[in-house]
Amino acid sequence: MDFHLTDDQEALRKGTRAILAGRFSPREAMDAPGRLDRDLWRALGDAGFFALALDEAAGGVGLGLPEAVLAFEEAGRALLPGPAVATFLAAGRVPGAAEGTAVVTAVDGVLVPWLAEADTVRGDAAEAVPLRSVDPLTPLHRVPGAGRRASAEAVLLTAAEQLGSAGRTCEMAVKYAREREQFGRPIGAFQAVKHLCAQMLVRTETARAAVYAAALTRDETETAGAKLLADDAATRNAGDCLQVHGGMGFTWEAEVHLHLKRAWVRAELGRTAAEAEETLAEAL
Amino acid sequence: MDLTYTAEEEEFRAHLTEWLARTLPGLPPRPDPLDWPGRRVYDTGWQRRLYDAGYAGLHWPVDAGGRGATPTQHLIFLEETEKAGAPYVGANFVGLLHAGPTIASEGTPEQRARWLPPVLKGEAVWCQGFSEPGAGSDLASLRTRAWRDGDDYVVSGSKVWTSHAEVADWCELLVRTRPVSEAVPKHRGITWLAMPMDAPGVTVRPLRTLAGSTEFAEVFLDEVRVPVSHRVGAENDGWRVTMVTLSHERGAAFVGEVVACRRVLGDLAREARANGRWGDAVLRRRLGRLSAEFTALWRLTQWNVSEAQRSGGVPGAGGSVFKLRYSHARQELYDAAAEVLGAGALDLGHEWTMDRLSSLSYTIAAGTSQIQRNIVAERILGLPKGR
Repeated sequence: MDFHLTDDQEALRKGTRAILAGRFSPREAMDAPGRLDRDLWRALGDAGFFALALDEAAGGVGLGLPEAVLAFEEAGRALLPGPAVATFLAAGRVPGAAEGTAVVTAVDGVLVPWLAEADTVRGDAAEAVPLRSVDPLTPLHRVPGAGRRASAEAVLLTAAEQLGSAGRTCEMAVKYAREREQFGRPIGAFQAVKHLCAQMLVRTETARAAVYAAALTRDETETAGAKLLADDAATRNAGDCLQVHGGMGFTWEAEVHLHLKRAWVRAELGRTAAEAEETLAEAL
Repeated sequence: MDLTYTAEEEEFRAHLTEWLARTLPGLPPRPDPLDWPGRRVYDTGWQRRLYDAGYAGLHWPVDAGGRGATPTQHLIFLEETEKAGAPYVGANFVGLLHAGPTIASEGTPEQRARWLPPVLKGEAVWCQGFSEPGAGSDLASLRTRAWRDGDDYVVSGSKVWTSHAEVADWCELLVRTRPVSEAVPKHRGITWLAMPMDAPGVTVRPLRTLAGSTEFAEVFLDEVRVPVSHRVGAENDGWRVTMVTLSHERGAAFVGEVVACRRVLGDLAREARANGRWGDAVLRRRLGRLSAEFTALWRLTQWNVSEAQRSGGVPGAGGSVFKLRYSHARQELYDAAAEVLGAGALDLGHEWTMDRLSSLSYTIAAGTSQIQRNIVAERILGLPKGR
C-alpha cells in the first residue's frame, strides 16, 4: 500500500497546473462572462486533458480515474469555466470531445451548465429554461421534472473540482493572513484567524483522502461520501476564506466570491448533500 | 496512489488473523473496569502473548527488541486486532507508545537493555508524569523541581492526569532542573527521568472523571530520590526528548478506534431500524454523513501511514490534522447515538452512554483542539507565531 502520488502523478499535477496557469485567468474570463473560450478548450484538448482516460488505441492518453481526479482537482483550483466533466466523459463517444474541438454538456440533476455554448447535450434539455446564474462564470439552465442522474464518474470528478477549490481558498486565506496587517501585526498571528485557516486545511486534507480513495476503489457509496465531504470543504473553505479577507472578501474584485459561487453550483451537481447522505445511510 | 496491499503485507495479515482466531478464545475473562490490579494482570498477560507470538513492539526498531515492522504492517496489526475483538493496549499504552519509543530513541545501551525488554514482555507497566495542575496545554511551564544531591536527583512537586498510576512500576517524569530566567526559556530547563513508582515519597491519589471512572490519578512527589543514571537524554534537554514521544502518540494511537467507530455506526443504524427512528430523515442523513466521515478518517489514516512509510517511520504533521477531525467526529458519533437511543441515552447502563461521556476527553487529551490548530497553522501553514 502506498496511497501517496507516484512521480508520474506528481508530474501530471504540475503539468496540468502549468497549462491552466499559462492559458487561463478568471479575471480575463470575467470580461466575457457566458462565453466559452474555444481556444482554451482546444488547448486543453491538445494537452490531452479530455483524452486522459481514453485508451491509447483510441487516441487517448490511457491513464485512469485517479489521474483524471488529479487533473480535475487542478481545474477546480484554477476555476476553469465550461462543462469540463461532461466533455471529458464524452471523449471517445462524441466526435471532437477528446480533442477539445467539441464542447459537450450534460443534463445533471435538474441543471444544465453551458447549454447555449455547447455543441452536444447529453440528456433531454428540450424544455430547459435559463436561470440568472449566481456564478458569473457558469451559465445555467434548468429542466423540469426529476432530471437526469449523473454517473458515478461525473460525481467523483465534480468532487475533485471541489477539492481543488478547497485547497486553493485555503492557500488564498493563508497568503492574505500573512500579508494583511492590523493592530500592528499580520492578522494570521491572531488565533481567531489562525484557527479558521487550520480548519480549512483539515477539511481539505480529509476531503482529499476521501476523493483519492474513491478514485481507487470506484465504490459508489465511497464516491457519494467523497462528494459530500468535498462539497463541504469547498463551500465552507470559500466562506472562511471570504471571512479572512474581511471587507476585501465582499468585493467583486477579489477572486474569493468566484470560488464560493462555483462551489455552490457544484454542490448541486452530481449528487446533492441530501442524495449523498441517503445513499450512505442506505449502505449502513 | 495504490490502496492494495503487497503479497508480503497480505501474508502478514493472514498469519495474524490466524493467530488471533487461535489465541483469543483462550483468554481469561475480562476484569471489572474498576478492578485496577485485575486489569493490569489482564493487559500484561495479553502483552506476554503478543511477545511469545512475535508481535510485541512491532513498530519498534529491531535493535530495541522490536520487529522493525513497516508502518503499513503496524496499521494491519491495529486494524486486525480491533476487528477480531482483541484486548486493547490498556496498561501497556505508555510503555509501548510513549516511554518505550523515547528510551529506544534517546536512551543509552544500558537503559535500553534494562527498560525495554520488560515493556515488550508485559513485565513492567509505565505511566506518564507530564501534566501538572498548573501546566496543561502550556506543558513547558511545569514546576515539579529536581535538584542534584550526589548521584541522585531529589524531586518535589505534583503531576496530574496520570493513567494507570496505581498499578505502574515506572513513571516517565518531566522535571525542572534549571529555573526559568531571562537567559533560560522554560523549555530549556526540563529533564526526562525514569522514576520507580515504589520510591519513598510517591503518593498516588485517584482522580475521578465526569464519567465516574478513576482511570487517572494525581501523583504527589515529596523529595523522591531518583538516581542520575535514570535520566534519559542530557540534563535540561528533556523537552526535545519528550517531543519524540508526543509525535508517536499522535502517529498510531487511534487506528483501532476508527475501526471501532465504523462498527458502532453500523450498530447505530441497526438499532435505529429496529426501534423505528430510522424513519426520521434528519437522523438518517446524520448517520449517512457520519459514515462518510469515518470512511474518510480511515482513508486519512492510510494516507498518513503511507507518508510515514516514505519518511522512514517518522509520524508527520498529518497526525494533528487527523486528531482534530477524529476527536470531533467521535463526539458527533456518540451524540448521534444518543439521538438513536432517545431517553435510553440517559441510562448509564448503556455502553454508548459511557462512551459518549468518555468521548468528551478526546478534544482535550494529548493536546487540545485549540493547541492542535495552532500546530497546524504554524507548522504546516506557516502562519506567524502569536496569540
